[in-house]
Amino acid sequence: MSHSTVPRSRAEAKTPEKNPAPSDGAGSGSRGGKRAGKLSLRLRFRRDRTLILMTLPTVLLILVFNYIPILGNVVAFQDYDPYLSENGFVAIFQSPWIGFEQFERIFEDSAFWHAVQNTFVLFFLQLVLFFPIPILLALLINSVVRPRVRAVAQAIMYLPHFFSWVLVVTVFMQIFGGAGIIAQTLRQHGYEGFDLMTDPEIFKYLVTAESIWKDAGWGIIVFLAALSSVSNDLYEAAAMDGAGRWRRMWHITLPALRPVIALLLVLRVGDALTVGFEQLLLQRQAVGVDASDVLDTYVWWNGIRNQDFSYAAAAGLIKGVVGLALVLTANKVAHLMGEQGVYKK
Amino acid sequence: MSAVLDKPADERPTVRKPGRWAAPPRPTWEEEPSKAGLAGKGLALGFACFAILFPLWIVIVTSLQTKKTIDEAGGLVVIPKSITFVAYRELLGGGQVQTAALVSVGVTLVGTLFSMTVSVLCAYGLSRVGSLGHRWILMTLLATMFFGAGLIPTYLLVQALGLTDTYLALILPSAVSVFNILVLRSFFMGISPELIDSARIDGAGDWRILWKIVMPLSRAVLAVIALFYAVGYWSAWFNASIYLTDQDMMPLQNVMIQLVQKQERPVGLSAQINTGQLSPIAIQMAVMVMALLPVAVLSPFVQKHFKKGMLTGAVKG
Repeated sequence: MSHSTVPRSRAEAKTPEKNPAPSDGAGSGSRGGKRAGKLSLRLRFRRDRTLILMTLPTVLLILVFNYIPILGNVVAFQDYDPYLSENGFVAIFQSPWIGFEQFERIFEDSAFWHAVQNTFVLFFLQLVLFFPIPILLALLINSVVRPRVRAVAQAIMYLPHFFSWVLVVTVFMQIFGGAGIIAQTLRQHGYEGFDLMTDPEIFKYLVTAESIWKDAGWGIIVFLAALSSVSNDLYEAAAMDGAGRWRRMWHITLPALRPVIALLLVLRVGDALTVGFEQLLLQRQAVGVDASDVLDTYVWWNGIRNQDFSYAAAAGLIKGVVGLALVLTANKVAHLMGEQGVYKK
Repeated sequence: MSAVLDKPADERPTVRKPGRWAAPPRPTWEEEPSKAGLAGKGLALGFACFAILFPLWIVIVTSLQTKKTIDEAGGLVVIPKSITFVAYRELLGGGQVQTAALVSVGVTLVGTLFSMTVSVLCAYGLSRVGSLGHRWILMTLLATMFFGAGLIPTYLLVQALGLTDTYLALILPSAVSVFNILVLRSFFMGISPELIDSARIDGAGDWRILWKIVMPLSRAVLAVIALFYAVGYWSAWFNASIYLTDQDMMPLQNVMIQLVQKQERPVGLSAQINTGQLSPIAIQMAVMVMALLPVAVLSPFVQKHFKKGMLTGAVKG
């Protein structure tokens, strides 16, 4: 039990948070620094060493598993051969540098461009078909006034979010697959059966439907929160002024949701290159590579299955860099719209 | 406005006594809902719930049927005709699925405990604004939310660390979620500073404050985050698929892929499955139920805290 000998006023440390200056972020930081600057670094360390010690395990894990691998991306510029050394990490130092050759190979590969195309098609479908559903569901749930009904409906809707992708894909297979319940019922009644799970044409809609089933219910949480913060007085005042329930919805409820919708939309665009890695990997065999390959699965196939590490790392690097640019741009747009984004300015 | 609404609330005719499922009293300004509107709402809500529950119903029901009922139905059963636990008895009686279930339970318990310990400590360590290194550490964590290292370098690192074919490979690489730490942190920061100051004056150190004051006050958010971590470990299959080669070490999700998706036969079952007493479909469904049950049972208990958890998670830099 180390007790701090230097008194620390929590209230004082909190002040910058409580009175945010007009231009937040940087301002509060520098002020905090000045305030704390009254103590010497040694005293501050003495005071806060327990806190630092507490963060240590996490920091170590993050450094090892998130930061060191970033350096490992250098294999993208090498002809990396894991067998040069017994330890694959040491082999990085012994592999020959070849510059941008891997990237040239990638850009000439039609399979890569096909994966890019699939990525964007899936992203677009999810944006159009998936995105509005949580909003509609939230409006629906919000209009239910009976607390019991509300709670039960919410519990059911949140449920699939907690299922693994293996389970979700398997459940869909049991319903829509060739041996699934719909095809079987059709066959029993003398119609021809079908197999949606292996049809490359339908696959993209199937994948979107799976995402909706799994996560649309979970998506309503943030909208419900926005709705619950709307003051009832607004509705009452509008009703007094003669606004019916649809006008109240249009002029009060929807504007309340607007910032959340805008923010989530921006964030989704920033994450455009990530469209269901596990989900697609699980269905890769059933439906074929042409229909299911996206950037993430392309990297997985070339790197881990084909052991072409440098090539796959280069493809992953392309995805990472473009993805980072998208996220930063999306946040910039969020800031321009006056939203907080993922991080503050 | 209708004539009914012009009267004060207590003079309006009461339709029925308010029960647990009844609607709370309507504010006087609000219109009574139309029959069509109510029906439409009910239909929409009913359809959403049906779409979620029906597949689960089929899976659970089919896993409980005898081979005869399943054969008659031609595969999946919607209306149960017989109840038998043969499939479960078979799966849990030994063999591949039992091992996998134990592995999954073990990894989930150990992993969740580890992740929670590390995350709670880190969140508390970062909850004091203005402490030494606070900003730097926070930045280090936040940055990882924007870019990942990529699959290949991570894979090479795990290999180089010698974690392949160990259970550590299933836990360590994804042990901490920065998002979860931020949720915990902002919750801890919301605890009244006066309370913590008074504990400090009474001579409590940071460890004791965390254990005796902060954690008991944050039970709700701790439960939510623990559930998030546990679900993560329980549902994970990808790490096992690339880092493990030993079939006996595979967790339940991976075995489920083999049994249900690739239509392989479970290893280590008794001869029953061959003599035709046991339907392979029932076996598959039983494995799926085993995978979904813990999550389906746990999450409703934590449900009422989700909103709070998700909202305090709004990132503050």
